[in-house]
Amino acid sequence: MKALPFVAGLMLASAAAAETPVLTVYAPDYFASEWGPGPGIEAAFEERCGCDLEYKTGELLPRLLLEGANTEADVAIGFNSDITKKARESGLFAPHGLDTSALTLPIEWNDDTFVPFNYSHTAFIYDNTKITDAPTSFDALLNAPDDLRLVLQDPRSSISGLALVLWVQQVYGEKSEEAWAKLAPKIVTVTKGWSESYGMFTDGEADMVLSYTTSPAYHIIAEEDLTKSAAIFDEGHYFMVESAAKLKNSEQSDLADQFMAFILSEEFQTMIPTSNWSFPAALADDKWPEGFKALPVPEKVLFYSEDEAAAVRNEAIEAWRRALSQ
Amino acid sequence: MLTLDQITLAQGPFSLAADVSFNDPITALIGPSGAGKSTLLNLIAGFVAPSQGRVLWNGRDISKLPPSQRPVSMLFQDNNLFPHLAVWENLALALTHRRPNAKQSAQMKQALSRVGLVGYETRKPGALSGGQQSRVALARVLLQARPLMLLDEPFAALGPALKQEMLDLVAEISAETGMHVVMVSHDPQDAARIATGTAVVDEGRVSAPMPTRALLENPPAGLKAYLGATQAP
Amino acid sequence: MASRAVSVSAALVVAGMVLVPVTAVLWRGGGFGGLGPADWAALRFTLWQAALSALLSVVLAIPVARALARRAFPGRSALIALMGAPFILPVIVAILGLLSVFGGKGVINQLIVPLGLTRLDIYGYHGVILAHVFFNLPLAVRLLLQGWLSIPAERFRLAATLNAPVWQVLEWPMLRRLCPGAFVVIFVICLGSFAVALTLGGGPRATTVELAIYQAFRFDFDLGKAATLAMMQLLLGLAAGLVALRLAPRDGFGAGLDRQVARWDGISRSAKVADTVWITLAAGFLLLPLASVAWAGVPGLFTLPPEVWLAAGRSVLLALGATALTLTLALPLLSRAGEAAALLGVSVSGLVLGTGFFLLLQPFVRPASVALVVTMLVNALMALPFVLRILRPGLDGAKADFARLSASLGLSGWALWRIVYLPRLRRPLGFAAGLTAALSMGDLGVITLFADGDTATLPLQIYRLMGSYQMESARGAALLLLALSLGAFWLFDKGGRVNADT
Repeated sequence: MKALPFVAGLMLASAAAAETPVLTVYAPDYFASEWGPGPGIEAAFEERCGCDLEYKTGELLPRLLLEGANTEADVAIGFNSDITKKARESGLFAPHGLDTSALTLPIEWNDDTFVPFNYSHTAFIYDNTKITDAPTSFDALLNAPDDLRLVLQDPRSSISGLALVLWVQQVYGEKSEEAWAKLAPKIVTVTKGWSESYGMFTDGEADMVLSYTTSPAYHIIAEEDLTKSAAIFDEGHYFMVESAAKLKNSEQSDLADQFMAFILSEEFQTMIPTSNWSFPAALADDKWPEGFKALPVPEKVLFYSEDEAAAVRNEAIEAWRRALSQ
Repeated sequence: MLTLDQITLAQGPFSLAADVSFNDPITALIGPSGAGKSTLLNLIAGFVAPSQGRVLWNGRDISKLPPSQRPVSMLFQDNNLFPHLAVWENLALALTHRRPNAKQSAQMKQALSRVGLVGYETRKPGALSGGQQSRVALARVLLQARPLMLLDEPFAALGPALKQEMLDLVAEISAETGMHVVMVSHDPQDAARIATGTAVVDEGRVSAPMPTRALLENPPAGLKAYLGATQAP
Repeated sequence: MASRAVSVSAALVVAGMVLVPVTAVLWRGGGFGGLGPADWAALRFTLWQAALSALLSVVLAIPVARALARRAFPGRSALIALMGAPFILPVIVAILGLLSVFGGKGVINQLIVPLGLTRLDIYGYHGVILAHVFFNLPLAVRLLLQGWLSIPAERFRLAATLNAPVWQVLEWPMLRRLCPGAFVVIFVICLGSFAVALTLGGGPRATTVELAIYQAFRFDFDLGKAATLAMMQLLLGLAAGLVALRLAPRDGFGAGLDRQVARWDGISRSAKVADTVWITLAAGFLLLPLASVAWAGVPGLFTLPPEVWLAAGRSVLLALGATALTLTLALPLLSRAGEAAALLGVSVSGLVLGTGFFLLLQPFVRPASVALVVTMLVNALMALPFVLRILRPGLDGAKADFARLSASLGLSGWALWRIVYLPRLRRPLGFAAGLTAALSMGDLGVITLFADGDTATLPLQIYRLMGSYQMESARGAALLLLALSLGAFWLFDKGGRVNADT
């Protein structure tokens, strides 16, 4: 079997590296990939720690829960706000002990375990050369003609899809199901994940796609394409944040602490916008890249705490499912 | 001498009983189709187990032996050669499951020349005529060198002249090697041509073999009915 | 090797490789989880869409395979190879390819809307079925085409001399033998559908069991429920398999002498026109979306980052390993029990299977260090049912034709396989190897659970590129994947055909 030498090689490689301390960081697949923020962050941190930073990718929380206290992870980065409650309850994580006063989030953040490193807001992205009168409120979107073609993500399989459901819940409360019923004729389809939706949008299969307020920045900066815009709604936008936490049983506790502190450093934060394509969590906006400074930012930010979100989540998804199953 | 000792075989509604010995160099089995002629051959070759009774060869019980260890070689109605193997490879299987050694190669050459197919070693069966395919199969029977050859109408698909040619070749081989032959036939002329003895298989019974000529000239009632239409005046 | 003990124990081993991991997940999850009304709705939808998709795929495959079997035209074998491609595409790529033809702004609507016709709306139950037929029609066509090629030329000659109706005496008996098996493998594949069903189904109406599993795993971390749902998939797959094995009569055709099949039927003008129409329709249906995938990939192909090429190399090795493993496992499983056991592998959720392996291995090794081996194993488990379905009719035929001759020559054990069965199975083996290689090349599989940066496969890189807005590179990588999969398929399949006729 061809894999055996390969596996043996892997083992040798890890044995050779054992002389320098290794910091194992669990991260979502996108984060550690060649096109995510991971490699830049790894290089910058290794320069200052004299250590070897290794990413392990995969489904972040399920993997940690499967491994339990035996996990190799020292730090886990990339928690969305929907899973922090479950993660916290696992008792696997240690308080970060950091001063988080430097955070520049649009909401207050007093979490002693999870340190945010980037944020954005859910938003509908459209092509401003095709839609000149984009809706400026959720109501306007609901009342738009039914030939406006939207593509969304499924809240049961996608974090952005779940954020949309919570967004509608915040805006419409008990009338969510009615709101969904009004939106339903405009929804072309619902996809498993963000990539399918966004691919359909860039292929012209939909006029608007559920994504993030920061999505246009990629097109502006990487492609010099100014045609993609986020529709900003008066009712406000749902806040999405990703955070990191240190494992309680980490064998490299000092290194893990160092890394947690590094997350809030300017060096780390300046890498976020153009590799994670989202807003940095602790960086004043005058230090943002030009493309980000120019992005329209919602005036009002909507957010459920993890306990509130847990309380309304199932009901909100059920309202979505009922309305869209008609 | 082949002896079927108090053999009975029951397969659903079909049953067959035989308690006979075959002594002639070439014995023909004739009878209506469905009477169990082929089944009887399969039983002798070991592909079908009898419900009761024994198969003896020269007094030795071979009933428990697997087909390849019986003193028997057999040619079937079809599929006597592997289509994906060349003539040479098909022949080699009679002697070895590996590459034949020098001695075996010499034997194979001899067998091939006996059936008149020298030069056809690398052909595959698909590239041979029906008669040539039969010759290759006979060459393999020669190489197997078993004392008893069973023929389940292997030449039925050949034309009359070619069929007679093949039967003559069988008779010659039998005479040269002392190989006994038991052959199924539905054509009495086949039996008349080479078989010294003939047994009738009818209504689930195998009769004792009789001299072929005498039998055909003066057939018993059952055989008479069967022969009726085929005996041209 | 063909002995009953071997085949039964091989079946038990394969069943164990599926049941033990699922049980591990169940055990870890603390027993069976309760199912809500939404789960039962998902189960109902999963069942009927899979049944309908499989039925349509097989029914449509009949005229297409027949047309391909009896027509010779330049490019025929290339067409047959290309038509197999949808089956091996990563889901996300296939969806975008399908939409470029059947979507709101797709080719068809661009043609018909200006003519004043109603816009074709692909999203809905019909979209799910269409997508599943797109994926599985090629497999059905190939399975049936094999059946046609397995009818010996002599039989066609005989039918021609007797002026007998070929359909009644040769084709229908062959189809009765093959269709139930083809139906079941496709039914079982469609049981596991998730992203395709959801996207083309237009939303939550098209919720499948697999989505419920994903939700239980990813959002609720309810392993008990995930394993319970996986067990239901297993039962459905197994039930379907048993029904089909019972339905399919077991009779062979007798051996031919492997000459090229020449036929004397279907020479009427209407038969020629019908065959042409079927081939054209199938080719258009299957190839247009592929062409769109290829076309969209060209700009990105020449600027692919080196990581993509590395991943491509890894995927090729993975595919070769999975192919060797699958064929090795397949030989002792070529029996009724083996086929039933192998159906377990493909009916169960890959996510649950992967999680089970993860749980089982974790106490002993770092899961990441065996990522590729586990992926290979899971790919092999997934490919086994197809491979067995492809090989079994051929083996049954070879046994029917040559068992007595082999026995009289004393061939048994490995010699019997080496000298008789393997050469007789050359064509289906080539096809099976090609399919396995292509499938494991395109499968995202369980690698996502285990992968590290340095074990990423090509499909995983495509998802990563898409997740980082790099649509152009992702399309380029998809084209590369398509080319590699097709290349592997073509090479193996060709290898099975070279000299197989003479």
